[in-house]
Parts: sequence; C-alpha cells; structure tokens
Amino acid sequence: MQRRSFPGISTVLWLLSFLLGLAVLLPAVSAQDLQSFEKRITVKVLPNGLTLIFCERHDAPVFSYTTFVDAGDVNDPTGESGTAHMFEHLAFKGTSQIGTTDYADEKVALAKVEAANDAYEAEYLKQVGRDEKKLAALHQAFLDAQAAAEKYVIPNQFTEVAEANGASDLNAGTGLDDTQYFWSMPENRLELWAWMESSRLSDVVPREFYKERDVVMEERRMRVDSDPIGRLEEQLLATAYVAHNYGRSDIGWPSEVSQITATEAMAFHRKYYVGGNIVVAIVGDVDPKADLPMLEKYFSRIPAGAKPEDMTTVEPKQFAEKTVVIREQSQPVYMEAYHRPSYHDPDDAVFDAISDIFSNGRVSRLYRSLVEQQQIAAEAEGYTPFPGEKYPSLFAFYAEPLPGHTPAEMRVAIHKEIDKLKSTDVTDAELAMYKTRARADLLRGLADNQGLANSLAEYQTRYGDWRELFLRLNKIDKVTKADIRRVANEIFVDTNRTSAEIDTEPADAGKTGGGAQ
Amino acid sequence: MRANSAQLSVISEQARALLGRRRAVFAAIFLLASMIPIASPAQQAKPWEQIPIPPLRAFHPQQPKRIELKNGIVVFLQEDHELPFIYGSVLVHGGSRDEDPAKAGLVGLYSQTWRTSGTAGMNGDAMDDVLESKAAHIETDGDDDSTAISWDSLKGDADQVFSLAMDLFFHPKFSQEKLELAKQQQATAIVRRNDDVDAIAGREAAKLVYGANSPYTRQPELATIGAVTLGDLEAWHERTIKGKLIVGIYGDFDPAAMEAKVRAAFEGLPAVTPEPPRHDEFPGPKPGVYFIDKEDVNQSNVQIVGLGIDRRNPDLAAIAVMNEILGGGFGSRLFIKIRTEQALAYDVGGGFGLPYDHLGTFQVGLATRSEKTVDATKLALEEIAALNSRPFTEDELKRAKDDILNSFLFRYDTKDKVLDEAERLEFYGYPADTMETYHAALEKVTLADLTAAAKKYIHHDKLAVLVVGNAPEIKPPLADLGMGQPIPIDIAIPQPAARPSSAGVGK
Repeated sequence: MQRRSFPGISTVLWLLSFLLGLAVLLPAVSAQDLQSFEKRITVKVLPNGLTLIFCERHDAPVFSYTTFVDAGDVNDPTGESGTAHMFEHLAFKGTSQIGTTDYADEKVALAKVEAANDAYEAEYLKQVGRDEKKLAALHQAFLDAQAAAEKYVIPNQFTEVAEANGASDLNAGTGLDDTQYFWSMPENRLELWAWMESSRLSDVVPREFYKERDVVMEERRMRVDSDPIGRLEEQLLATAYVAHNYGRSDIGWPSEVSQITATEAMAFHRKYYVGGNIVVAIVGDVDPKADLPMLEKYFSRIPAGAKPEDMTTVEPKQFAEKTVVIREQSQPVYMEAYHRPSYHDPDDAVFDAISDIFSNGRVSRLYRSLVEQQQIAAEAEGYTPFPGEKYPSLFAFYAEPLPGHTPAEMRVAIHKEIDKLKSTDVTDAELAMYKTRARADLLRGLADNQGLANSLAEYQTRYGDWRELFLRLNKIDKVTKADIRRVANEIFVDTNRTSAEIDTEPADAGKTGGGAQ
Repeated sequence: MRANSAQLSVISEQARALLGRRRAVFAAIFLLASMIPIASPAQQAKPWEQIPIPPLRAFHPQQPKRIELKNGIVVFLQEDHELPFIYGSVLVHGGSRDEDPAKAGLVGLYSQTWRTSGTAGMNGDAMDDVLESKAAHIETDGDDDSTAISWDSLKGDADQVFSLAMDLFFHPKFSQEKLELAKQQQATAIVRRNDDVDAIAGREAAKLVYGANSPYTRQPELATIGAVTLGDLEAWHERTIKGKLIVGIYGDFDPAAMEAKVRAAFEGLPAVTPEPPRHDEFPGPKPGVYFIDKEDVNQSNVQIVGLGIDRRNPDLAAIAVMNEILGGGFGSRLFIKIRTEQALAYDVGGGFGLPYDHLGTFQVGLATRSEKTVDATKLALEEIAALNSRPFTEDELKRAKDDILNSFLFRYDTKDKVLDEAERLEFYGYPADTMETYHAALEKVTLADLTAAAKKYIHHDKLAVLVVGNAPEIKPPLADLGMGQPIPIDIAIPQPAARPSSAGVGK
C-alpha cells in the first residue's frame, strides 16, 4: 500500500512538551511534562560498566531493544578489514549452551579447525616455495576439521528460538563506527530475551565461522562488486582517505575478509565487547522496578571493562584534489566529497544545516537548481556525515545526470551552488525551515519503539547522556547565517575535494547475450 | 496498493543504502521467518526452556471508526493523541495495471505531476514553500492498482493543510512544464534500469510468469512515456476520483469536528462508480532456463518462478505455513541448506506471494558467486521438489506456526497499523474480521494440510529458472541444470527513432 509515510507514531508526551518549548510554532512547555517523561526513562550502569536504558511505553504488550556496541569496522585491525562485521554474523551462531549438542567436545573440535586453518594459511601465504600439493592436502585437512566440528552443531538454533518466541524484525547492522543488534518481541518474553542477548554477548562460540565467511563474501559481491554505486563509493572513500580507516572497505577487502580467522574475530570480541563499551536500550511495555534485578543478573555476565583505548590515527590534511574515473557500461554518476570534522566539532549542527538546505526535498537548492531549473539531473543531493560520524568524515555530493548530460556538468552545477553558499548568506526562510524541520523530524523519527531504542542507545553512547538527543535542538537553534558561510568557506575548497564518477562506455561490441553455454 | 502486502521477494537487502549515510551491513533481513526440521541429537539441557513465559496481557487494539457516506465513500477515523500530528489520505482505485499499454508509465507521470503542478490558486513550487516552512507534507503517489493523496502536519497547521490537500485533490491544475520534468525523470529511470541486477531479475522474472505485456509487467519505454499528454493526466484524474474513495485520518484530532470536516468535503459528491470485476488471466511460465548476460558482476542472481495464488485461496493458511518452512527465515529449509550448510548465498529465500485480487507468483531467489550458479540453483530446485517428497515433520509445523502466531501481534501493535489494515481490507472488499479468521485458520493447520497444499500448489515441473549473471564466469554452464539450453533474454532498451540520446544507454 502506498501513501503517507506513517511512522508508527506513539511517542512519549514529554518529548513533545520538550520540543514544544523550543518550537516557536507550538505552545510552551510545561516543566511537569518534562519531568513526567524523565520518569519514564531509567538508566542503570551495572558494575561491569554496561549501561541499561529503559523507556516505558505501555500501549501494546511488546518491547523493542537495541544493543549498541561502540566498535565497528573502523576498529578492524590492519590486514583484517571486515572483522567487526564477521563477528556480528558470528553473534547469531549460538553459545556454549545454544546451538550445540555437546559443547565440551565441540570446543575441542573447533580448536582443531583453528589449527588446521593456521597450517593451511601459513602455506598459502608463502611468497616463495609454496608447495601446491601440500597446500591441497592442508586444505582438505581444514575441510575435514570443519566437518568434524559441524557434527555438534544445531544449525541456527539461536535465531530459531528467538523467532519461535515471536521475535520480529530480528537483525543486526555493522557500520564503520558501531555494531547494533535489535529485534521486537511480545513483553512476556523479556526474560527469555535477556538470557539470549546476554548469552550471545558474553558466551559466543566461533561456530561455523569459515562457512559464514563465505556467506559474507557473497554479501560483498552483492553490495559492492556487482553494484555500480557500491563500487564507486568504495573507490571514493579509498581515495579520499590516506591514513584513517574510514578509507577502508567496511565489509572488507576481498583478500582480507576471506582470510579472517575465528581466532581473530574472537580477539576482536574480547577487546571490544566489554561492559563499558556496550549500551542496551529497551523501549516498550516494561517495568524497570520489577524487571531491573532480573536484567542486572543476566547482563552482569558480560565481562567488565572500560572502553578500549581509542585509535591514534588522525587523517592528515588533504593538500591536492583527487579524482577517480570509472569507465564502464552502467549509467553516469557523479560524486564528490570534502573532509570535515567529527560530530564532536562545535560546528556539527552547521553541517546538518548545510546538508538540509542543499538537499531536503523539492525546496532544496540542489533540486531546484539542477533538477528543476537547469534540467540536467534526475537527482542531486549533498549529505553528511559520510561514511561515519565518530571520526573526521566527509561532506559528500551525489548526482545522476539526465540522459544526454554528463558528470562534468554535475560538477560544474554543484560548484556553482557551493560558491553561492560561500559568497551569499542563506535566506532567513531557509534557515528557519531547517530549524522547524529538525524539530518535527526528531519527533517523528522517534515514533516507534525500535526507533526510540536505537536513538537512546546511540546518544547515550556518543554523548554519555541520552538527553542530548533533545538538547541537540539547542545547538541547531544557535546556527546562524554567518556560521554557514564561514563553514562553507572552510571546507568547500578545491584541495579538500575528492571526486569520483562513472563515465559510461558502450557495451563491448564483440560480446553478445545468451552465453553461458 | 502494494499487492503483495508482505512476503515474498526473497530479496531482502536491496535497499541500496541510500548513498552513503551510515551504511549498515545487515546480517540479513527477512520478511518471513521460520523454523527448522533438525533432529536435535540429545542436546544438553536447554536452559531457555526453563525460563518462565507468563501469559501475555490482554490486548484489544483500538479499531478506527468507519463511516460510510451515502455516496459510497468510506471514511476511517483513528484517533491517537500521543503526538500533535494529524495524517490523512485518500485512496483512489485504478493504477498502472489499468493504463493504456501504448502509454505505459502514465500513472507514474500522473502521480508525480499531480503534486508538482499544484492548483490554480497555488502552484506546486509555492505549495512546497508553504508546507516545508511548517514541516508539513502533501504528496501524491501511484501504484499498480491505486493512486493516493496523503498529507501530514502538526495539529496547529492541520486545517490549512487539509484545505490545501482537498484543493489539490478536487482541483489540480496539471502543468505542461511539470509533466516534461516528470518525463525527464522517468526517462532517466528507464535508461538506468539495467544497472541494478536485482531490479533486472525481479522485473524479468515477473514477465516470465505473467507475460511480458501483462498489466503487471509491461514497462514504461521512452516511446510510451513520450506519448502521454496533459489531457491524458486530466482524463485519468477525472475518471478515477469518481470511484469508491477511501479516506483515512489518523492522529490528534477531535473526532466530531473531523467527521464534520470530512463529510463537508466528500458528502456532496455523486454516488461512486463501482470498480468492474477483474478478469486477469496469466499463462504462467514456459519451463526452461532463461539467461541475461551482465558483464560487470561476479555473482549470479537466480530466480525460480511459477504462477501462484491469491489471498482468497481457501488453503491460504496452509500455504503461509509452507512458505515459512520453505523460505521464510533463518530456520527455513532453503536458508539452512543453501546459506548455513553450503555457504552458497547471503540472500536466499522465497515462497508464494499473497496478493489480494490477482494471482501472485511462486518465487524462490538467491544470489551466488558465478561459478556456483548451477550448484546453488540445483539445490534450490531440489528443496522445492522436496516439498512433495520429504515429509513435513511435527517439529517443522510447530516451529513455523509458533513463529507466525507469536509474532502475529506485530501486525496490529500500533494504531496506524490497525488503520492501514482496515483500509486495505476495505479497498479490496475483504471482510473486516479477515485477520481474526486468518489467525484462527493458521492455528488449525495440520501436517496433512501441508502435504495436501504442496501437492496441489507445488509443481516443480512447471517452473522457469532465470539467471542474471556474467556468462564467461558461469562454469559449469547452465545447460548442466538439465532443463535444456538457456534461452537468452534481450533487455536492451528500445530507442524511439525520434529521440536520439547522446548518453550511452546500458545494454
């Protein structure tokens, strides 16, 4: 069914009241409502450092949760790109208690798999004197060891138990900055969920790891290798960054992700899946008073630990424009990107404002200029942060030319809009529109339980306080026209730019369809 | 209305991560999920089974108020006072399946131009400015069986936005300039349609089932969109808004005042023109292997398709349970075999689509590295055939039913979902208690029902296999599937003689 984009609205009153206080178009806030909302939120930091956030919403007998781990593929060790994502897949494979017929024996068998893989990999990586016959034998031994370990596996039992108990929208996502696990469930399964979630965070077993690695390789082929935009984006990032891990493929370079070992994934887990690095948010028909002791019992199983030390690498200043041109059969696309600071920067909200004014809907500058007036593009937008927000990232532009138009024309047109932003103040109306929309969007975006759980966990992690989700509006309110010009002049300069485009080349004349005979 | 309300499409993660932003890398997304037939050999204690599951507290979702006007128009009012927003929509019968084949793309052009043109009093650009300054929206949309106007705003702006939306609904002023803009964008979509493997596979698989020129599969071409005139849009509008409209309002409003307002807008219209019954007939696929060559991929997208059922089917519940067992989620036969055990695919799944008013497809899909195309396809075909040869187990039945029934309340856990469902049932003429009936039927499904449903609806000898992939990399060749030599499908984009384009057009 198409039509209105009904967010599953039902948010908590105070959100509203709080926003109202800031919004000119709405009545004033009453402090009592703010307090009443704060009463719905309970934050508890456990002795192991893990933070639990509850938000009560009793409309329906359901809850949603998000486990937010402050580690993503940006944290993958050198030579092991894709590790955080591999671990995320592993977290669906069960524990010493779920997914196995006999963990004691399985553990021994899994150790043999690691040993067999190490032997195989050592031979495989030999630059000089690799013995192909020996390699084949080692590979066979590796396969045999896996088969032996698989005898103990009850495939997908973890997800099976979750699904049979009504888990809905069960999934996880690994980004460069973080890893999130989530689903929704009937409220009478809260304790079952707590057992499952705390088990997989603390007691994961590297089961079927090497098969899952092949699955992830298929995921890479689908998202990147066989997708023109996936390829373009990967190249843009790899070119824009010379030092920082934001330039590295998030799903992993093929040679690296195909050689990650279970030992490496488990080492990642030990380092990053500690209490101080995890926030769990639960929104729905829950009762913190009654449920907290139970949750505390389960989530205390996660190893204690402070946040791991942050990385030292800071992307050095770019000093010359860089360009990628991909010539292939797919249709033309133009992208360009400029380095900008991380979300910690005092100008973070200014970047949001610029992105909104450039790209938000049919009133946006890029739409009106490239799509409506010049009629050279089907789509044009500027967005940030990209590809992450935790570290200095990019302000990116993307445009698809209309048939008969070229990436070069996109570039010229985008630069014209950038120059305008640098030389002339935005209008009062544009700035006001941004601020009004930011408030309304915040409210709408928090509409459903899952959305709110994600936001609470994310803001608690990024700012140490979920309230920043709303306090951010104060920063948005302070953005001025002068800020926008100043920031535009700081970052939108030639030497800070990386561009990437697809230039269409006709199909190979000698090639015809219907092959694969 | 999107006919396959839930299910099907194998293809979970197509959503090509809107360019950048935070690109999450999902483990997998499933529309259906299910359980597995594994004999658990003497597992150790199952601690999760010791965890108490108290009875779920009673929950009676709030139903919207249904008002049938004398002229036949139906209004639903669903109050929700938690946030100060009001949402509304008018659903209109008639969509792309009803357009003139020589003007394929008309509904797409219409639904965009309707909004961007605006009204005599306020053109579309001015409307954009007014609405965006209030963080409000009015949009128009087109689908295969309907079009719609929808709006939303903060409560304080609701009267003004409602008036604007009604003005646009009853008195649009279609603009030639905006039609040209819409044509340019649609032309771009046409020339770009062969860049995305998944889109190619979905589109061409549907053509194998329904026929290339069926109302559900014919595609806009540069020539057919070129043929659409402003007069066509006006005529379409005049004709379709005379049908049985369905008005839905959701949010923070006073019900008496809102009812009066909606009545004032719609009650004066003449009696609605009923929709003529549909008589869709589809040939179903001609069995065989079909191939589309794509040189810039290292993975084959495989779709196995046949003609399916619609939602009025008396065996619906058994088929839905069978869907779960075959291709629903982490525990399904396809997932376990092809992903978990053989690691041949990230994306694999499928089953029967369940459209409301025409036959859907039976479709199983996967994406696998080029050299494994034949292996993975064979496995998927075997799993389909096995529905008729490998007996369903009590274990499978229980898990599939638990899975569907225990998550059933997520179909109505918010007031807007309840409203959506009510509108959907009204639109397709289904009884208001359809969901309850369905739930009861699901509970009653037995092993014998599953076996009978497989026998009746799974005909593996009537299936076609479509592969989109990189020919030189596919080894062994597709002929090894034993379904004959692959039949090439040409997806080249037809160029209208009068409209040369200097851009390279994807093959």
